[in-house]
Amino acid sequence: MNASTSLPLKGAAVKSPGLNYARLLRSTLPGVSLAVLLITIFIMQPRAMSYMGMNLMLNLAVPIALATVAQMLIITVNDLDLSLGSFISFVACVAATLLDQHPVLGCLALLGCIAVYALLGALIHIRNLPSIVVTLGMSFVWMGAAVLLLPAPGGSAPEWLQSLVRIKTPLLPFAIIVCVVLAIAVHVFLMRSTLGVVLRGAGGNPLAIAKAGWSLLRIKITMYALAGTFGVFAGLFLVGLTTSADASIALRYTLLSIAGVILGGGEFVGGRVSPTGAVLGALTLVLAGSLLSFMRISPDWQMGAQGAILILVLALRTSVNRLEARPL
Amino acid sequence: MSDFQRALVTFQGIGKSFGAVRALCDVNLSVQAGECLGLIGHNGAGKSTLMQVLAGTLSADCGALLVGDQEVRSSYGVQVARQHGIRCVFQELSLCPNLSVAENTRLMSPAIRGWGWRRKARALIEASLDQIFPGHDIRGDDIVADLPIGKRQMVEIARAFVRVDEHLDLVILDEPTSSLDSRVAEQLLQFVRRFVGAGGSIVLISHILGEMLDTCDRITVMRDGRVVEIRPATNFTHASLVECMGSTAKAACEQHVFVSRRAHGSPVVAQRPARQANAMTVNAHPGEIVGLTGLAGHGQSQLLIQILRHRIARGQGAALVAGDRQNDGVFSMWSIAENITISSLAHLKRGALIDPDAEHAMAEEWQKRMGIRTPDMGNPILSLSGGNQQKALFARALASRSDLILMDDPMRGVDVGTKREVYSIIAQEAAQGRTFIWYTTELEELDYCDHIYVFREGQAVLDLPRSQLSEEQILRCSFVEQTA
Repeated sequence: MNASTSLPLKGAAVKSPGLNYARLLRSTLPGVSLAVLLITIFIMQPRAMSYMGMNLMLNLAVPIALATVAQMLIITVNDLDLSLGSFISFVACVAATLLDQHPVLGCLALLGCIAVYALLGALIHIRNLPSIVVTLGMSFVWMGAAVLLLPAPGGSAPEWLQSLVRIKTPLLPFAIIVCVVLAIAVHVFLMRSTLGVVLRGAGGNPLAIAKAGWSLLRIKITMYALAGTFGVFAGLFLVGLTTSADASIALRYTLLSIAGVILGGGEFVGGRVSPTGAVLGALTLVLAGSLLSFMRISPDWQMGAQGAILILVLALRTSVNRLEARPL
Repeated sequence: MSDFQRALVTFQGIGKSFGAVRALCDVNLSVQAGECLGLIGHNGAGKSTLMQVLAGTLSADCGALLVGDQEVRSSYGVQVARQHGIRCVFQELSLCPNLSVAENTRLMSPAIRGWGWRRKARALIEASLDQIFPGHDIRGDDIVADLPIGKRQMVEIARAFVRVDEHLDLVILDEPTSSLDSRVAEQLLQFVRRFVGAGGSIVLISHILGEMLDTCDRITVMRDGRVVEIRPATNFTHASLVECMGSTAKAACEQHVFVSRRAHGSPVVAQRPARQANAMTVNAHPGEIVGLTGLAGHGQSQLLIQILRHRIARGQGAALVAGDRQNDGVFSMWSIAENITISSLAHLKRGALIDPDAEHAMAEEWQKRMGIRTPDMGNPILSLSGGNQQKALFARALASRSDLILMDDPMRGVDVGTKREVYSIIAQEAAQGRTFIWYTTELEELDYCDHIYVFREGQAVLDLPRSQLSEEQILRCSFVEQTA
């Protein structure tokens, strides 16, 4: 595979050889799997290699990438958000109804959503609750609220939102530009800023962070509020693309976002995450779907085939991890 | 020490309890500016607790903590300690493994900020490392998870000495040399002397006596949560230090006539600890109670796990009484009866299913034998007090048909009455031929053992039969005389 050919080239730049090979391989894996997928698609369907083609394929990738980033923020502090999909659906419903008819009220509702996320973070930390249980419960709350707001599929996204997500950019499709900006922005914030270091440290060794005098409560609240913000962006972007909403429009995003984070080189525990990897992982998941369509695999089998691709990439990851865990 | 010197920090009558356990009791102590104060004592003497109080991670229950002349106990915390120039290198590593060395430095020094903070943090930590450990070969960009334990410890120490526009008066080093090799440890101790010479203060906790005597200006000996002796280091010798640590007025307990069971027959267990350098093995003969001692965390628990693995691999089995009740012991959602019978289910079957009557009978029998205080064995295990939960765990081990029982310091936080009851049951069971291997951090419990192995740095260093048991000898073997 590509992974093995790119290895020696990059390895030459590593300062302490042997030790960092595995880490390097691991951080290049999301990019490599995306490249392999893209190349396969281009070989099978050369017409996809155009502005139009890329735009079509990656159209729906942006909301998934945003959702993946939201999930990644939660995973950074060793939690898991099982309500993300229904939350994004709810946001889409708010955008297609309230935001369109009463813009001020709609904005307040969206801000309220973020506040609820922040409160969830506080609740989970103060009561020491498992995040999985709390967010699983919340997923029903969001879903119920969405159904109350929009009992039947419909509504319409505000005009400005529709035109915003359909901006035609020169050279590269808008979706790619958004994904690149998203990856860089979150990378700079989480991996390069001083605040990001504290936030990631809380995933690596919460006790040490507390002993250094930081408030874990504030860290959790910050992370959950940020995740809520990205969730809101995902919902808005999604409804801008689809123009109308329904209460179960984004339910599958929960699992897609988790898979995206893991595909992108993140770990469930230990604060080991990668924003660029997460965005790449989300793109990989979307393109895997396109590839299967190009291969004319019947939709009945697509879900299973997508799962198979996921397992394949994760198996590669595990073997890389094993390389990394080998005693020094 | 002259009174002219400025007291940097003063403890006045500091006390701290964890539930019924008094960890600190009326501690009076002061740290002078420009001195290295040693703190020494056996397990549970209260050294680490006292230092946690000073570092701001624990708050004392009573007494006064003075920094300079200012009383600070009421509003003390990690940040306040830091503002006063007090920092601590904890015994258990407090680095974030997923972050780089430079990023970990930043966690402790909020003053590193703005553009290029990584470069600043990297330069600061590398300079600090260069100063303390010349030739360290650690880069600021290294991810902590990639570093071996010794280097992590070096980073942890160097990080405490990084200053950005802050004053640094006192650094607490809690067992700083435990995972450093001798050359690096020597570098550190030399640095400590330089730091003290420049007017800083250090509190050093170490189990290596030579290190303490050579490095410290004064040495404080703690025992049972109290300060029992403070002297200039030059007035101490190895022997007098060891003597101070032991309890002087030891209750004379009834000494059974010691009969060795080792004259004939072969041992049930003959296990060499994983890190043992020589051929010494820890042996246990049928019917023996074998004690493991030494300072906490020097490989005793690992040996128990090693024996357990070995026995399971050979299909013999063994019962383990866990010390960490909440994590390794109880099934917290189950009843008392279920918690006891879990290890004996194979003998409680009727056909393929569990026989509820047999299960019930077994639970009742052990309630009687152990004296578990509950109206109904069907109650959840968490309805019991800590001591009674521990009795249930003992019952689980004893009810199993295993002839070898491993005990991983099971009496921690158990009241005296319960302890007595359990000791007598252990003695009865041993008399009937069961073998016990008992890791304990309480020296009195060794009086019940036939043979005692003292552990240091993962190795069994001494094998004492009960007839030769003396606290002094155990202490002397637990603490290294000289740096290896």
